[in-house]
Amino acid sequence: MKKILKAKGFKMLTALVLTYIIIQVLVSTNIINDYMQATLVTIFINIILAVSLNLITGYTGQFSLGHAGFMSIGAYTCALITARIPTTWGFILGVLAAAIVASIAGYLVGLPTLRLRGDYLAIATLGMSEIIRIIFINMDDITNGAAGLLTKRFVNWTWLFIFTVITVYFISNFLKSTHGRACISIREDETASEAVGINTTKYKVMAFTIGSFFAGIAGALYASYFYVIKPDIFNFNKSVNILVIVVFGGLGSLSGSVVSAIVLALVSSFLQAFSDVQMILYSLLLIIIMIFKPGGLLGSRELSIAMLGDWRAFIGEKFKALRSRKEKKTTAKEDLDNDPVENK
Amino acid sequence: MDQLLQQIINGISLGSIYALIALGYTMVYGIIKLINFAHCDVYMIGAYIGFVCITSLKLGLIPALLIAMAICTILGVLIERIAYRPLRNATRIAVLITAIGVSLLLENGMILIASPQVRVYPQIDGLLAKSFDIGRITINMKQVLILATTIILMILLQFIVKRTRIGKAMRAVSLDTEAAQLMGINVDTTISFTFAIGSALAGAAGVLVGVYYNSINPLMGLLPGLKAFVAAVFGGIGIIPGAMLGGYFIGMVETMVAGYGGSMFRDAVVFAILIFILIVKPTGLLGKNVREKV
Amino acid sequence: MTLLKINKLTKSFGGLTAVANVNMEINKGELVGLIGPNGAGKTTVFNLLTGVYRPTHGTITLADGSQEIALEGLKPHKICSKGLARTFQNIRLFKELTVLDNVRIAMHKNVAYGLLSGFLHLPSFKREEDRLVEESLRLLEIFDLADKKDELAKNLPYGEQRHLEIARALATKPKLLLLDEPAAGMNPAETMRLSEIIKRIREKFDLTILLIEHDMSLVMKICERIYVLDFGMVIAKGTPEEVKTNEQVIKAYLGEGVEDA
Repeated sequence: MKKILKAKGFKMLTALVLTYIIIQVLVSTNIINDYMQATLVTIFINIILAVSLNLITGYTGQFSLGHAGFMSIGAYTCALITARIPTTWGFILGVLAAAIVASIAGYLVGLPTLRLRGDYLAIATLGMSEIIRIIFINMDDITNGAAGLLTKRFVNWTWLFIFTVITVYFISNFLKSTHGRACISIREDETASEAVGINTTKYKVMAFTIGSFFAGIAGALYASYFYVIKPDIFNFNKSVNILVIVVFGGLGSLSGSVVSAIVLALVSSFLQAFSDVQMILYSLLLIIIMIFKPGGLLGSRELSIAMLGDWRAFIGEKFKALRSRKEKKTTAKEDLDNDPVENK
Repeated sequence: MDQLLQQIINGISLGSIYALIALGYTMVYGIIKLINFAHCDVYMIGAYIGFVCITSLKLGLIPALLIAMAICTILGVLIERIAYRPLRNATRIAVLITAIGVSLLLENGMILIASPQVRVYPQIDGLLAKSFDIGRITINMKQVLILATTIILMILLQFIVKRTRIGKAMRAVSLDTEAAQLMGINVDTTISFTFAIGSALAGAAGVLVGVYYNSINPLMGLLPGLKAFVAAVFGGIGIIPGAMLGGYFIGMVETMVAGYGGSMFRDAVVFAILIFILIVKPTGLLGKNVREKV
Repeated sequence: MTLLKINKLTKSFGGLTAVANVNMEINKGELVGLIGPNGAGKTTVFNLLTGVYRPTHGTITLADGSQEIALEGLKPHKICSKGLARTFQNIRLFKELTVLDNVRIAMHKNVAYGLLSGFLHLPSFKREEDRLVEESLRLLEIFDLADKKDELAKNLPYGEQRHLEIARALATKPKLLLLDEPAAGMNPAETMRLSEIIKRIREKFDLTILLIEHDMSLVMKICERIYVLDFGMVIAKGTPEEVKTNEQVIKAYLGEGVEDA
């Protein structure tokens, strides 16, 4: 019995169930009202998007500025299917199809852009995402063009919760496996990675394919909640917003992406009050964070349940680290002052 | 045939604008390897300054142009100083995000100050309102103005880069920053100067666009900025003649596509060119292949 | 028996010929040295062998049992799977990853579970992961790095980083190990230790080793045969004694008065 209680998985499961119950209570008592539910759903969708982008950009080091494109493919695929089969099963089929079609797009984007590094890759993915958007605008008969498609709602926040948990679970598992490590090694040093036998081409494409798979799911969920989808929702701004969530949380930290999605959504709704200056404050926030903490909230570390459980030791450690850094600074200064060698 | 020639004339005007903006992108990328997302917004601000000069201050075109260039110069240098310099040693993604942040700041700041509505440049009487015909082709004096201004500025730029010390410093820093520093070049000043020139050119482009296309709005920089960047990559990012070449090429292609009935896809074609060049020759038309030493 | 045969290997970069008509033969179990002045093309030969560069002319043939495999034109990861592993002149560790991870990642191609198991963490995943850790630790122990397994690679002292690179290369279970200046930056004591380690791993893992080095004490001591490269061409080959006394080699590289190792 004790063993089960101690297992890491059990702690995580308990935390998830607790979270669900808490949110459900808040929803039932209308503390989280309908308007805030939309924010809640947005948070879940953003978590899925951020985590999947983090796989591509944070863990595999492939700088992608086109994530919204994959999301849009998922959204339209699901919307078109549920328009013809307007049932829950239709929706499930829609989500699956959305994920698969989006992942095919990810594969097709990943293949030709392999040789590109850094900024070039970013611009290529941006270009591809824009091409997708323009195509959707121009496919009038199918997508209704710029006016957008009307959809029905098939999900509530519970669906979102489940999909989010599944996404984070799978991606986290992947990253802890040898395949995930292969991706990470590509980010660290592609030449060395090839030299130890990793097919970097295969894994770069794999990262894009998996990342876009889940972006497609996010798109399908968006289409199945928000009643209308238009090509302009999935523009460069959207891709940037997702990237901001990832970077703010820390490239290479899944828990960072989760925390960041929540924090930024809350910041955004808080700023709704000042709607005129909302975007201005948001962009200032962005600049300030990048200048002072470019590694993001968590850098490439992960929050763990253990950390939360052992918070006293955790905080104690942080204090120790701060104090030792201060000591190092003062001793270094003393060393300079007491330096026997004259420095004219 | 006449249609073709007319389209070519139009393409030259559009190409000039793209070339002016592309130069800013390429010079900044060449010197600090940054895609300056805020550059297109400096262009937009140039257009607005020109607007204010001509409507409120009732100034002539040339003074408006010069003032816009001057203010954009200062703006560009300030942006570099405040937002990019602290991140000189940070990761590429961090600087890129900061650039995006500055871009958003400028756009939304302008929306707040000037309202998101489209403003219209007043009609300029006199010489500029005229146009003349060669055979069955019409050439607008405004098109002549754009081309003339662009050529003058480019000649000036070439002179600065090739014949002055600061120009040499710019070339040195873009080749090897550390070595340039060791040779006594003030890298900070050189970088600031690069931003200054690029922003001045963007400001000029903004005013010219206001005069030629008449309407301006706070988000006018996004699409032209993107296309100008494609132009810079196409010609060879970091290479000044490449930006000029790329600008005219993209301007020409876009005009042709739109003129011959494909106006739906004019934007997509530009992006397709981007993908194509990145896959076939990422260093651009005039670029050299740089090999990584293992 | 011959493990690796290099025939008329040539590499030109535009107008510059870095490696010109190099012929080499390496027999199974040998410890062969590759020396020469800076810029002679030694690392270029390594890069050609491991697929980083494609030869302009020439062939590289690996003996695999009774088969002969042509290596030229293959991608680096393919060549690694055929049994070649290397270290780098300028250390190329996965700096932000732990010591353990650096070695574990190198075992990737021999891991026995697939993608599905990776996503679902099936029992085969657990089993293999435990095996990976165990084997990695065993490798690290040879280099006295096992107790630093959770340390970030970038935080290791320089000498240990070089050791870690060798451990990582060994994790790919190679037949032929290419070491590019493994003793660079080491003091005499560390170099001694390194030569012991190299001899030990050759025996323990049944390796063939090709070694680029500038430190003559190391080269002369442990290499059974030596090739000397200058301006991309082989100017001498033979036992340490032969090479040491070769006039051309002395003029081009060794200089007068070479100390006895």
